[in-house]
Amino acid sequence: MWSVWDFLQSHFDQIVFSSWQHLSQVLQAWALATVLAVGLAALVYRSRILSSAAFAPVGIVIAPLGFGVAPAVAVVTLFAILSILRNTIVGLMGVDSAVVDSARGIGLGRVRTFLQVELPLARPVILGGIRVSAQMVLGITAVAAYLLGPGLGRFIFSGLSRLSGATSRESVLTGVISVVILALLLDLVLVGFGRLTTPRGIRV
Amino acid sequence: MCETTTPEVPVVSGKSILLEVVTKRSTGQKSPAVDGITLEIPAGKIAMLVGPSRCGKTTTLKMINRLIEPTDGRTVLGGEDVTEIDGDGLRRRIGHVIQAGGLFPQLTVAANIAIVPKMLGWDRTRITDRVDEVLELVSLDPADYRDRYPRELSGGQHQRVGVARALAADPPVLQRPVELARFR
Repeated sequence: MWSVWDFLQSHFDQIVFSSWQHLSQVLQAWALATVLAVGLAALVYRSRILSSAAFAPVGIVIAPLGFGVAPAVAVVTLFAILSILRNTIVGLMGVDSAVVDSARGIGLGRVRTFLQVELPLARPVILGGIRVSAQMVLGITAVAAYLLGPGLGRFIFSGLSRLSGATSRESVLTGVISVVILALLLDLVLVGFGRLTTPRGIRV
Repeated sequence: MCETTTPEVPVVSGKSILLEVVTKRSTGQKSPAVDGITLEIPAGKIAMLVGPSRCGKTTTLKMINRLIEPTDGRTVLGGEDVTEIDGDGLRRRIGHVIQAGGLFPQLTVAANIAIVPKMLGWDRTRITDRVDEVLELVSLDPADYRDRYPRELSGGQHQRVGVARALAADPPVLQRPVELARFR
């Protein structure tokens, strides 16, 4: 176990840098995914057919991108979209129609109804999707390092590629544990954000 | 208007509603949902639409505030032809008492009531005063109920806040769809 400690000490700067890169890529991909997914959901949630068809094309988009940093980001973003999109659609469909009808009845327009009534009410479910996707993205970003992407994945893959060589085990462990720590921290932030911003009226 | 009213004569505030041969035809339906209805409701009077299920009561009501666009005919509100004006704007001028469960659960009672006055651009003090006024009107103590959330209300209180919200912007016309047929 002391060898892990030594490895951590000797590679400290590199680990911090990679963690930062990892987190930065995760946040970028995931912010992009949130915007895309919620926007797409807003377009399709009124139609049952579109809502179920919205997932199908994602896999097709990934295929022709090849290898490199750009496709690594693209893959991660597209995976992140999946759970956010699903949850946003489910959340929006789950809003009580009596509330939506009364919003229209008292003179809120379509856009206002969506922004002031449907979206806030669907928010807990959407945030659930965002949390799931954040965890997924952290993991997938590590794997995406295989496609030459940045981040903590390089510790894992450089360790695995020279298995049983010097400090290979330490390298893999460092990568994996760092990813886990990042995941825990990010989830904690998201849970806190959800708690603080959910209005008392719809808190469970 | 500068006319004096004697206490015996009740002041008629409000506007008349006139439907002129209004028809609603839905695509794919053989017979129209509402077929050439002509109806005048005088200002200050209470009118009730009664009939069996699917006879067109709700459709008629929704054509008055244009949640459903009439296929044909004219709707007139207090002498003003409102057939073509913006539906959202029209609905802000028509008090709409909600069905059970129609308050916005994420907003407090006061915020629910303030929605329409806010959209109409009232200033803050006027809105606050009005919220308290309509809450008193429906016999709910503003100090106690203003900051509650809908889920902290009983069914009857929920309904009364619904009435308060419909009255908030002092609309000349009030609508109240009821669904007695919906047994639970």
